[in-house]
Amino acid sequence: MHSPHFSVIFSLDALTGALFLLTAIGVVATRQVLASLQLFIAQSLLLSLSALLLGIALGSPHLFAVAGITIATKTVLIPWLLRHTVSVEVYRTREIDRVLNIPSSLLIAAFLVVIAYAIANPLLGAVDLPFARINLPLGLAAMFLGVFTVVARREAVPQLLGLLALENGVFFAGVAIVPELPVIAELAAAVDVPVVALVVGLLTRQIHKRIGSTSVGRLAALRER
Amino acid sequence: MAERILYNLLQVFVVVAFAPLVEGVTSRLKENLQSKRGPSIVQPYRDLWKLLHKDEIVSEHSSWIFRAAPYVAFTAPVFVALLIPVLTQYPLFFAFMGDMLGGGFILALGGFFATLAAVDTANPYGPMGASRTRMVGFLAEPVFIVVFLTVSFVAGSTIPYIVQLRWVSPIANFFEPSHVLLLIAFLMLILAEDGRIPVDSPSGLFELAMIDRSKSLEYSGRGAALMKWAGAMKFLVLICIFLNVLVTPWGLAHGMGLAEVLLAIPMVLLKIFGFVLVLVYIESSLAKLRLFRITEFLGAAFVISVVAMITRLSEI
Repeated sequence: MHSPHFSVIFSLDALTGALFLLTAIGVVATRQVLASLQLFIAQSLLLSLSALLLGIALGSPHLFAVAGITIATKTVLIPWLLRHTVSVEVYRTREIDRVLNIPSSLLIAAFLVVIAYAIANPLLGAVDLPFARINLPLGLAAMFLGVFTVVARREAVPQLLGLLALENGVFFAGVAIVPELPVIAELAAAVDVPVVALVVGLLTRQIHKRIGSTSVGRLAALRER
Repeated sequence: MAERILYNLLQVFVVVAFAPLVEGVTSRLKENLQSKRGPSIVQPYRDLWKLLHKDEIVSEHSSWIFRAAPYVAFTAPVFVALLIPVLTQYPLFFAFMGDMLGGGFILALGGFFATLAAVDTANPYGPMGASRTRMVGFLAEPVFIVVFLTVSFVAGSTIPYIVQLRWVSPIANFFEPSHVLLLIAFLMLILAEDGRIPVDSPSGLFELAMIDRSKSLEYSGRGAALMKWAGAMKFLVLICIFLNVLVTPWGLAHGMGLAEVLLAIPMVLLKIFGFVLVLVYIESSLAKLRLFRITEFLGAAFVISVVAMITRLSEI
């Protein structure tokens, strides 16, 4: 089962995981919308790289398919959709409306990573898979950070990116726990997620046209007079 | 024994002699990257020579601190150079005199005296730069602590010579997530500590925007030369800690032969110039942060180092 370069692949996967987590933190903390979109692309690339490494180590063709689908949808299709449906002004704004300032969101992000590790530790006792030691806690952490992004951001597009980062986190944990992940599940997600991106993109475009802003935080106070 | 003392002193000599060269190469490469010709790489030596031959003027209202600070600032990196691996892979005579924290304290002592001296003359820009340096300093402090804690935890030692061996044998250790995250956090620290571009502009001449450089504005003649030299040496020492202990402990001398140790000098310098290229690229592609954005920059470094610590603690 173990290929000869197992330990090197193991640490390469750990490295991929560390960078994956960094991009997740970046999606929470960056100011510009465009930068967080680029970080999301980088995160998806790292996800597919991890799937590829696991595929080589475990000899599972399913994981190669997962890697291919991830690259096709999340690094090409979704960014293309978001760039073309949402108007250019959204990407030009530098100061994103957010609930917390950046240092405090960074501190909360660090705290969430600690929680993810604390939760993952008892779970790791249940599964006997070598890569789960890396991927499960990091995937959980990225998931929490995605949720936190949705909460902390008040703009439509960064919130969507938080949602997509959450999905990336789930898959990052998933490829390690279930190496024989049916391709159909990944295919379903691959069709689903771009549709979500498309809908949110079009909705944002309409909102931006009508109101001139995509700040979700200001929509809370909207009422007819 | 005699060899180990000799090599240790050689190490100090290398740091003292080549620090201005590293600074010259840095500024030259930076100008080159921005399509300018740039000053000669020996320009810092010429500057030092000129300053050493000029008269020194000291304000009559200043105390002994102002006069002592250049000497303290100059000796601090020299002492640190005794402790860290600059040329050899094996510990030298003074290696066990102090660990990485000790080195950090000595560097901080130099910085402390420079800060006091800046406040001493009551030049309006000095205290401003001093307080800003302290602000950056105390934001950088937690990152330093977490980085060194993690590094010493991983290696089971705080002596830099023992730490460096941990990353390369076996090679799989090099790709550990905690290692890579520590590298990123420490790189951000170097940028902040040395006043490089996202935090401070090293070549800026506008006093109101200065952080690090305004502390030595009052010095002239020999004092200015020593402060400038001390800054270059601190930079070199930080790079040596970063490269020889944390990133790439390759190219150092393994054997006790004099030829091998001398050969390590160009190898290490080559490595440093490679790193300087990366640094210059970072500097040229980023804009300087506003003063209160520095919190975010160092906050990010702190989070990265904490994540490095967590990934380390929970995997073993």
